[in-house]
Amino acid sequence: MADQPTAFERFVQGILPENPVYRQLLGLCPTLAVTNGMKPALTMACSVAFVLLCANIVISLIRDLLKPHLRIVVFTLTIATFVTIADRFLAAYLFQMSKTLGPYIPLIIVNCLIICRCEVCASKQSVFTAAADAIGQAIGFGLALSSIAAVREILGTGMFFGMRVLPEVWPDWVIMVLPPGAFLTLGLLLGLVNWVGIIKSRRSS
Amino acid sequence: MIYLLDIMLIALTAALINNFVLYYFVGICPFVGVSRKVEMAFGMGLAVTFVISIAAFISWSITTMVLMPGAPLSAFIAGFFLSKEAAATIDLTILSYIVYIFAIASSVQFVEMYVRKFFPLLYNSFGVFLPLITTNCAILFACLTIMSHVVGVENPKNVWDLGRAITLAFFGGVGFTIAIVIMSGIREELELCDIPEPFQGAAITLVIGGILAIAFMGFTGVDSGIRNALMPETTARVSIKTPEQTLFFDNEVVSIKSHSNQIGVQ
Repeated sequence: MADQPTAFERFVQGILPENPVYRQLLGLCPTLAVTNGMKPALTMACSVAFVLLCANIVISLIRDLLKPHLRIVVFTLTIATFVTIADRFLAAYLFQMSKTLGPYIPLIIVNCLIICRCEVCASKQSVFTAAADAIGQAIGFGLALSSIAAVREILGTGMFFGMRVLPEVWPDWVIMVLPPGAFLTLGLLLGLVNWVGIIKSRRSS
Repeated sequence: MIYLLDIMLIALTAALINNFVLYYFVGICPFVGVSRKVEMAFGMGLAVTFVISIAAFISWSITTMVLMPGAPLSAFIAGFFLSKEAAATIDLTILSYIVYIFAIASSVQFVEMYVRKFFPLLYNSFGVFLPLITTNCAILFACLTIMSHVVGVENPKNVWDLGRAITLAFFGGVGFTIAIVIMSGIREELELCDIPEPFQGAAITLVIGGILAIAFMGFTGVDSGIRNALMPETTARVSIKTPEQTLFFDNEVVSIKSHSNQIGVQ
């Protein structure tokens, strides 16, 4: 396994160089759906982090027992188990938030991000590396989610975490908290990230 | 009459007003990934519609027969071990996510084998997309929406039957097809355009998706308008009950809601 990245490399890669949303375009469904406020976005990021970490550890522990043609089914069932735990936990302790997030918590099961990490990293490398990878990817996912949510919440309602940051005269851009705003914000931010990347690569060459 | 109207409104809502892709953001991955050619997009849409209808049938049956509190099959099996009263209260809904994802994965496998054996032409047109569909959120989303209308509904009249469940799923798939075909048509034209380098690929697709979503917002309020016109005496019955996903700030809810209604009325 000499060619596989080490635990630290995996951890760093997940945060910016291989950011799950901006670089790999994975897990777009929750990214667009829950980012009209910081609170739901952070709750979503925490749930995904929990599921990703647990699933990566479990898959990494049983990686020698996996049969190639059954591995996707095993991945999904493992993820579904942890999503059920996260869903019940939210329903018990953060009832209002669980109502607002609604079907998007169970939809973590089919989030391509987690299946992709299980496939790429956890089913090949040791537990420690898999856990580091999961934490790195989860931080990257959380950063991406909160950047989109910050733009949408500030422009859409003039508030940040429910506190007013823009003056009262600000005409709330309601479109930003409605579904079209999600597409527009993510599209523009993605273009911005690509632009920064292009400038950087030009400077270094 | 009321039943037919209900079915029609569910169909309209699922296909256009609350489009799966442009309103609920489910199925975004193929929307961004597979929407380069119109034929491919249409094949993907057909495959999703096909699988989503089958999954809706399976998930509705499992929910009413096995998972619901007091469902006949689980109560019958539990009757061997428990007293009658205890058996009738068995509630397996906590297992629903695992059961649904397993049902979807296995039905996709069976559909693939069946289509390959008996309809080779159909298999050639959408066979490649079938395995991808297992991880398509639209399927699971349809199952979950159906579950929210079957489990935990207070009024027994409002519990969805099989017809409503399949209508929702089928027209949700139709809405997905509409959105992805429009998108692929636009992207075919975009091939000839001079797009700025950072925006090539996914970024421009998402921006176009946003403009399409604004266009689809024009359908807001059509369902309540039809209902009021055809049967003004009934109180507003919500045809697709969804969690309020757009709004998260308690004090802001009212203003934004009234605003979106204005958009609908105009």
